[in-house]
Amino acid sequence: MIQEHAAAPATDYWSLLFVFALATFIGLGVIRRVSRLLHTPLMSITNAISAIAVVGSIIVAGSDYPLEIKILGAIALFASMTNIVSGFLITDRMLKMFKTEPRTPEPKKLEGGKS
Amino acid sequence: MNNASFVQGAYLVATALFVFSLHWMNDPKTARRGVMSGVAAMLLAVVSTWAQPVVVDHIWIIVPILVGIAVGWPLALVPLTAVPQRTALSHAFGGLAAGLVGTAKYYLWLGEGPENLTKFRMIAIIAEIILGFLTFTGSLMAAGKLQEVKWIPQRPVTYPGQNYINLALFLIAGVLGVMLIVNPTADWAPKIFPVIIGMALMFGVLLIIPIGGADMPTVIAILNSYAGLSAVAMGFVLDNKLLITAGALDGSSGLILSIIMCKAMNRSFFNVLFGAFGQVQAGKALGEGKVYKPETPEGAAQILEQASLVVIIPGYGMAVAQAQHKVRELYDQLKKRGITVKFAIHPVAGRMPGHMNVLLAEADIPYTDLIEMDEINPDMPQCDVALVVGANDVVNPAARYDKTSPIYGMPIIDADKARTVFAIKRSKNPGFAGIDNELYFSDKTWMVFGDAKAVIGELVKQLSGGSGMH
Repeated sequence: MIQEHAAAPATDYWSLLFVFALATFIGLGVIRRVSRLLHTPLMSITNAISAIAVVGSIIVAGSDYPLEIKILGAIALFASMTNIVSGFLITDRMLKMFKTEPRTPEPKKLEGGKS
Repeated sequence: MNNASFVQGAYLVATALFVFSLHWMNDPKTARRGVMSGVAAMLLAVVSTWAQPVVVDHIWIIVPILVGIAVGWPLALVPLTAVPQRTALSHAFGGLAAGLVGTAKYYLWLGEGPENLTKFRMIAIIAEIILGFLTFTGSLMAAGKLQEVKWIPQRPVTYPGQNYINLALFLIAGVLGVMLIVNPTADWAPKIFPVIIGMALMFGVLLIIPIGGADMPTVIAILNSYAGLSAVAMGFVLDNKLLITAGALDGSSGLILSIIMCKAMNRSFFNVLFGAFGQVQAGKALGEGKVYKPETPEGAAQILEQASLVVIIPGYGMAVAQAQHKVRELYDQLKKRGITVKFAIHPVAGRMPGHMNVLLAEADIPYTDLIEMDEINPDMPQCDVALVVGANDVVNPAARYDKTSPIYGMPIIDADKARTVFAIKRSKNPGFAGIDNELYFSDKTWMVFGDAKAVIGELVKQLSGGSGMH
């Protein structure tokens, strides 16, 4: 807290804006090349990545702050964690399904033969 | 000091891992590595943040994390047809987290160190809460519409002066925001702050109410972008470069996806958000002389058997009927006869970007047979049978020339150039855009009415029965 007070007035916002601009350009360059097949998994993985808000939530929930503030942080932490877990898991679940070769065709052939 | 460098170093590595994570998504072969890299980055970020000495109340972290895992795990196991609503829901969570952290920081600094509320930070906080909370309610509405929750209207809701009301609301929120930025510690400031939050929440609802199902892919992509930008704003507030980079990656991803979606519908952002597609229809009926030619699955199966190239065009109807596994059986039956089968994927087919690809991959169809619109269209004249499964507007030839059509100018899959077209349709009602599809009245089109899953099941039965007798 104390360290925050001292550092506060001088946010080096130009460097933050530079980081933002450069990261956006990198993002545009990288995302543009993502396979169109994978746009749904892309959306769920970027979702999980933007749950990096978890970092801010941890500080707000876990620091020695007034109770109301900590409650807000805890809810934010819960929301981000939900996104991290479900985002990465479902992305992996979807990606596992993308294959070049079909699995052994029709394993249930014996029963289906008559119909 | 040492600790700070450790944290910054960890953040730097995490940033690189996030970039690689997205880079590996450029090919299905490396994509799963991307997930690993993303998970590693996230773990690194969480652990290094948690290890900071300011964090003292560990129980306040452990409990929300456990609850988050308990909720997130089942959310990852939803059926793939429910992926659009899950995605919308997670945008809502992302927006909520950003909005809450912004709120917490404002009141914290107001109470404990007003000198922290610099102009730059106030701008960032206002941007964070407006974006965060409007993404929250907007995405909840979108998720509700996709899930077809009863009390949320599925059809676009419009009323006179809608856009003016939205604009007015946004302007008032903006003016209040500027007042706070100029005067963050005034007596009235803590009371104005919740008003801005309330307006952002309302704005999110009003923004999504007029939007119909066919526009969902674009809207989800835009909300994705907002969720990312709210994380960026949080990074500005907290002076945290990792938040800025990760948020910017998400924001640019949402931006690119929305541009692709808009192009695929030949519409602008502005038009999607404020145009209320699907509501105002010219009501132009097609000529009375035109009638559907119905066909039975038996007849369709016979034609399919003779084909050498079959192109299947899936749409949202396939997802609704959960027909993707039956489609796979049909694919197998046709392949067994040496027929080439390809899938033509329109960018906005379904309810989110890439929706069809995921469903077909789930049904175990090799992704090498899933072909984008632009690549398959040149081959359509060689196609013997185009089989339209629950798609409608994306194959409507009116988009090419009928200037009065709401979908005029939208790129379409050239199903009408195939030698024969079979369209499987649940009913004779027009599609989501509410327009008749003249493809269905064409000389070479035969309609097979019925539930997509049942009809394709019947086709498979015909084909497998036929081969059994020989």
